[in-house]
Amino acid sequence: MSDMQDSLRELYQEVIFDHNRNPRNYRPLPAASHHADGHNPLCGDQLTVYLQVEDGIVREASFVGHGCAISTASASLMTEAVKGKPVAEVEALFRDVHALLTEGREAADPARDFGKLEVLSGVKEFPARVKCATLAWHTLHNALVGEHETAHTE
Amino acid sequence: MNAPRDPGAQTPILDLAADFPILARPVHGRRLAYLDNGATTQKPAAVIEAEARFYRESNANIHRGVHWLSQHATELYDGARATVQRFLNAARADEIVFTRGTTEAINLVAQSWGRPRLAAGDEILLSTMEHHSNIVPWQLVCEQTGAVLKVIPVQDNGELDMEAFEGLLGERTRLLAITHVSNALGTVNPVAAMTRRAHELGALVLVDGAQAVAHQAVDVQAIGCDFYAFSGHKLYGPTGIGALYGRAELLRHMPPWQGGGDMIRTVAFDNTTFAPPPQRFEAGTPNIAGAIALAAAIDYMQGVGLARIHAHEQALLEYGTRALQDIPGVRLVGTAREKAGILSFLVDGIHPHDLGTILDSEGVAIRAGHHCAMPLMTRFGIPGTARASLGLYNGLADLDALVAAIHKAQALFGTRRQA
Repeated sequence: MSDMQDSLRELYQEVIFDHNRNPRNYRPLPAASHHADGHNPLCGDQLTVYLQVEDGIVREASFVGHGCAISTASASLMTEAVKGKPVAEVEALFRDVHALLTEGREAADPARDFGKLEVLSGVKEFPARVKCATLAWHTLHNALVGEHETAHTE
Repeated sequence: MNAPRDPGAQTPILDLAADFPILARPVHGRRLAYLDNGATTQKPAAVIEAEARFYRESNANIHRGVHWLSQHATELYDGARATVQRFLNAARADEIVFTRGTTEAINLVAQSWGRPRLAAGDEILLSTMEHHSNIVPWQLVCEQTGAVLKVIPVQDNGELDMEAFEGLLGERTRLLAITHVSNALGTVNPVAAMTRRAHELGALVLVDGAQAVAHQAVDVQAIGCDFYAFSGHKLYGPTGIGALYGRAELLRHMPPWQGGGDMIRTVAFDNTTFAPPPQRFEAGTPNIAGAIALAAAIDYMQGVGLARIHAHEQALLEYGTRALQDIPGVRLVGTAREKAGILSFLVDGIHPHDLGTILDSEGVAIRAGHHCAMPLMTRFGIPGTARASLGLYNGLADLDALVAAIHKAQALFGTRRQA
């Protein structure tokens, strides 16, 4: 099997299909304390991330929108990963995931356990698709820092 | 169009891939099925060689040297203009202005024709299926002048709503700016008939020919339009070169839109006079090698024959349309009665970008996305499509590879259904 076929299987793993077909936390959050819109003009991918933060802890996280399997799965996995975490830790996770997707595992905190998020690293071999995977995370970051401009991955 | 029912019998299918060196290059270990010709076409050896030969044998600046090489380069450049003139059947060579491409040609008309003439309340009529390059230049000139855009809607099959066109055309209409062929749907618009109607009401007509010139013979006098814009790289020529056809009496009264060398007659600090068209619109050293290689591309296409290219692509279009319609879960977007070789489609449960990545892994190059036609995607309520666009070197094998790769994507996504 060629390298390309290996890379394709690395990217399109069952976890990705599962979260694409049945995205977790896919709903608006009326009680959200933070939210932000994200848009990838190149793909047309569009999403809104909602967060409910209390006492510095992300109690709830959700999203709505539309996009490719990679961006939908990334958003879905993200909402699961950040729930219950302190804001500072979520920000650290954002930085590490961003490093993982754009530069590779060695650029992230060596102590970081990515858990299920590890599947997203397959996107590294597809430069044209990296932005699909990072869109939700940039939008999360914007929601937390109160940036009201739509997040763009362009 | 009348393609044969069975492309195998009495085939109009051409076999020209050997003229295009890049097509011999495998991608991801697979034979390359290049189906992204709507974005840009590959170049035949004759074009690559023409550009290289210019730099090897003829390079000098034009219109300014008394030395032999400069005169030689000038002759080649002027010869390229005459080639474009014949290609479009323009009446005169000075009706051809070289530009960087379609986008620059449209901006030229917007700024040089539109900006000084348009007034508040004047209307520019375009359509929902325009490429952004035939929308945004007009939005800019509307901001500058107070003119307004009117938009001809598109029907579900991808054809223009001609009744609505009649209703929108009025005495305030100053310009109809319309694409000849839709880059996202393949629809061929009835530009000659639309031009006649616009002229009856005193409006001028600009035709965006970017997606038309590579697929059929274009005759600007038969169409009757006032401006026609196209890009070299979409007809097997280099990037960074294109042309604007403009009727001589219009160009003559249009002011320059960029200043510099080559576009002037005399320069003094109290009075500068401008060269006549087309030089007036070609400030600075132009893309000389590009113009010459564009002429080589036109020569190549005419050597094959525009009618044969058209028949070939129509046969492929029919074959591809049927093959895609036969795949359960595939829906074509754009089913106009008259189409150029563009197959825009959606696959149930697979986003166009995922599809693009999986097809690429099989060596099948397509475009996925909004195709720089976001208003059109909004019209159809979709974020984008997958688009296979045909060129003269494509064959049935490329479409078979496309179909096989779609099957693979459906298998991977678990969305494959039996026919």
